[in-house]
Amino acid sequence: MTGPCLQVLLSHWRTHRLQLLTLLTGIALATGLWSAVQAINAEARASYARASAQLAQGQFDELHDPSGPIPLSRYVDLRRAGWQVAAVLQGDLRVNGRILRLLGVDMVSYPALPAVTQAEESETPPDPADVLTAPGRLLMHPDMEPLFRGSEEYPPIILSTALPPDLVLTDIGVAERLLNQPGLISRLVILPEQPSVRPPLSQIAPELVRTEPSARTDAARLTDSFHLNLSAFGLLSFAVGLFIVNGTVGLAFAQRRGMIRTLRALGVPMRTLVQLILSELVLLALIGGVLGLILGYFLAGALLPDVAATLRGLYDAPVEGQLTLRPEWALAGLAMAVGGTLVASGHALWKLSRMPLLAGPGLQAWGGAASQRVAGAAGLGLLGLGLVLHVSADGLIAGFAMLACLLTGAALVLPIFLSTLLSATARRARGPLAQWVWADMRAQLPGLSLALMALLLALAANVGVGTMVSSFRLTFTGWLDQRLASELYVTARDDEQGSQIAAWLAPQVDAVLPIRSTEMTHETGPLFLYGVVDDETYRQKWPLIARSPGAWDMVMSGDAILINEQLARRADLWPGDSLTLTPDQTLTIAGVYSDYGNPTGQAIVAMPLFQTIAPNSSARRFGIRVAPERAADLAQAMRDQFDLPPRAVTPQGAMKAQSLAIFDKTFVVTSALNVLTLGVAGFAILTSLLTLWTQRLPQVAPVWALGLTRAELARLELLRSVLLAALTACLALPLGLVLAWVLLAVINVQAFGWRLPMFLFPADWLRLFALTLLAAALAAALPAWRLLRIRPADLLRVFANER
Amino acid sequence: MLLTIDHVRKSYPGGRPVLSDVSLTLDQGETLALTGESGSGKSTLLHLAAALDGFDGGEITLRGTALSTLDDTGRAALRRETLSLVFQQFNLIPSLTVAQNLSIHARLAGRDDPEWVAHLAERLGLADLMDRFPEQLSGGQQQRVAIGRAMATRPALLLADEPTGNLDETASAVVLDLMLSLVADTGAALLLVTHSQDIAARLDRRAHLSGGRIA
Repeated sequence: MTGPCLQVLLSHWRTHRLQLLTLLTGIALATGLWSAVQAINAEARASYARASAQLAQGQFDELHDPSGPIPLSRYVDLRRAGWQVAAVLQGDLRVNGRILRLLGVDMVSYPALPAVTQAEESETPPDPADVLTAPGRLLMHPDMEPLFRGSEEYPPIILSTALPPDLVLTDIGVAERLLNQPGLISRLVILPEQPSVRPPLSQIAPELVRTEPSARTDAARLTDSFHLNLSAFGLLSFAVGLFIVNGTVGLAFAQRRGMIRTLRALGVPMRTLVQLILSELVLLALIGGVLGLILGYFLAGALLPDVAATLRGLYDAPVEGQLTLRPEWALAGLAMAVGGTLVASGHALWKLSRMPLLAGPGLQAWGGAASQRVAGAAGLGLLGLGLVLHVSADGLIAGFAMLACLLTGAALVLPIFLSTLLSATARRARGPLAQWVWADMRAQLPGLSLALMALLLALAANVGVGTMVSSFRLTFTGWLDQRLASELYVTARDDEQGSQIAAWLAPQVDAVLPIRSTEMTHETGPLFLYGVVDDETYRQKWPLIARSPGAWDMVMSGDAILINEQLARRADLWPGDSLTLTPDQTLTIAGVYSDYGNPTGQAIVAMPLFQTIAPNSSARRFGIRVAPERAADLAQAMRDQFDLPPRAVTPQGAMKAQSLAIFDKTFVVTSALNVLTLGVAGFAILTSLLTLWTQRLPQVAPVWALGLTRAELARLELLRSVLLAALTACLALPLGLVLAWVLLAVINVQAFGWRLPMFLFPADWLRLFALTLLAAALAAALPAWRLLRIRPADLLRVFANER
Repeated sequence: MLLTIDHVRKSYPGGRPVLSDVSLTLDQGETLALTGESGSGKSTLLHLAAALDGFDGGEITLRGTALSTLDDTGRAALRRETLSLVFQQFNLIPSLTVAQNLSIHARLAGRDDPEWVAHLAERLGLADLMDRFPEQLSGGQQQRVAIGRAMATRPALLLADEPTGNLDETASAVVLDLMLSLVADTGAALLLVTHSQDIAARLDRRAHLSGGRIA
């Protein structure tokens, strides 16, 4: 019985090929967009994990000195006392204009690193003596090697694929020389094997702070919010794609009611039919899923380089720009395709399974007024739940749950809202044709409502995300103007050269503003403390979003501290509260400043206080205040005087351009997903109109018989689609603005720790509105063209079938 | 006795009675016309006999099986293996060809007999139309396909609900002749619902439904 029954069920698709194509496209688009995002996330996370494993990070406790580098003597003290520690010196290495991370480790005592093992097990293993003694060796990923070609000053290179990009590994002795930091250590790794008896750390090195791996900056943790945001947009695209699946499956089931009834009359049990239809859906989901995975793979491949650049720029997270095909990603994508298809088809299948055997074969059950009312009530319930969540719940997940409730609720309310609007308009219409057009539009709503819901979501997402990104950009640009106030930024080779440059500059510029920082820990995570000198630049330009009276005076007197917005929101610290930096340093918070793009906590104290906390911190970087017209000449003079590479002196404009470039790359993916989601929604309208085509003729044939030409009917077909899209777009605008507000005031605060002001961009809305009308007109063009070209005999057949 | 309908009662949702107390029997090879006014419950009775719907009281027995004891699977098996149906609206599967429609019921019943189907196609004048789809056929041709599909299983009982109701006079005559001759050849019993006295007159017996009872 199964074979013939399956043959009958599948034969439907042979005569409804467009419907099959639509269904597969819906599944493929939903799966593709979701899988692309997941591929990007998985690749990034794998890169973090790989880098962590490749450098043995996140496994051992470490020691560091909050006041700056650890002197070599302290390392010797610890070793003599029996502490098994391995020294690490790290810093930035500028090679041919590109900044690489140089990691120097004590190759003898540091835990075995995969890159070293790989080199040792290669066909030409390096002599250990060559690695440990001058000139030493540099280990790096093969992609990095071209940067070093032709440079004589670097040791010979050993290539290893077991290293993250942008990192050079070497023995600590070589690193000391390349970074010009002889006898200095950045941190000490506490090795797992320790003698049972050893003096406590407080006796030998009381100034050193021991940190556990979980308390340190970790790329995977820092970027969690970024990936969650990406996943949320992927899920939105997935949901919009499922609207196509839902609409197509619903129509296919409705069209097969007669077939199902006949099969049951011929003796096929309903249970068998439901099982076979389920199998059919799973099969179609798998086919669509495979197509989606192919689409997702290529899409992810196209977007990954920008995401990798963003993650490197924002979080210093090591992400390779190449995609790897992972079996678990493919399986998860197929599971989403099958799960999504079953969810999207569940209601239609349930209704089919409950269909009485003697029910008529018509399409009445497909989205009638009753289901519109149920959907409307559910939508209102979800909107209410969204408001309750906003008032009562906190956290990023609650924020996304609220967004999901608002968007889904609004989508469910849409059909009944449009229906009420159209019937009110129809009542006011004058003339028979206008009355028919409005009434016909209302009659078409059940069939088009899913596509219109998808359009509503896509448009709202576009308005919302567009407003968020544009508001963010506007705020960010203004913030950059304040924050990057110095005309030039200089990075010296070392502290000594830094002092020389400062002394050389002092008589010829308005101000030299040292940029000095040290990493500390706070209960909310890493905290970077900066010291600033007392200068009008800060008082006039620094972007404070909350302040006590006389904030700068308090800070400069050494009694107070400024903290960034991220730390303020995470720790709920505001002006007047206190922040403990060290056991004997508790300061009053005098102000909170905005600090976009920084994932970690940050604080500012007066330079004298900073020097007591971190006396050994690097003093290589400066901001220089000088008349703008003198900046270029001064930069060149400085390069000539101190033999500095071009990038060591950066003009303000270049810094801003670099920051804006990183900012723009951050939103490349969300913008791409937005455009794709809108495209999917447009496709949903097209497919709905095409699949409704067979039901359309009985409605237009009588009007044609009453005297309307086919050209007029075709024009009205276009008008109907455009009007419905226009009404939906009008409703999408307020929804999109609510979405933007939630993104700016809730999601951004929870995810990144900053709240942004909201600006409105009517010109963007008008452009989007025009695009929507164009998409709706394009979607209706094919059905309208068919109507224009239809033979009178085909229209007459409608009457023949009415017997 | 092949079919026994014994004091059957049936009401529509809302409580309006359709069949109050209907009893009748049908023997193997016998043909019975069920007549009555519109709304008298003819089609409802046929649906009950075909195990398409449940009844409120009484019993219907087909080949010794009491229909009230069967679940959905049992009723489906009965429709698949023991009886066949011909509807006024043909109810062909639009996405299958004539050849596939003719054999589908027999294949579902596990009784596929290509030679018998070919013979039926020949007798029903469908041999040249085997690759066509239902929408490419006239009403008379479609009903002939429906009769062929029903007879392909060699059913013990053929239930026909106004099989000529959608056809013109000429097509009706052809369809009825073919159905009666095939029923006679296979020894099947026929319960045919009709409002036409002329058609009823051509069958062995006639039962008239009125006021929910056999008059």
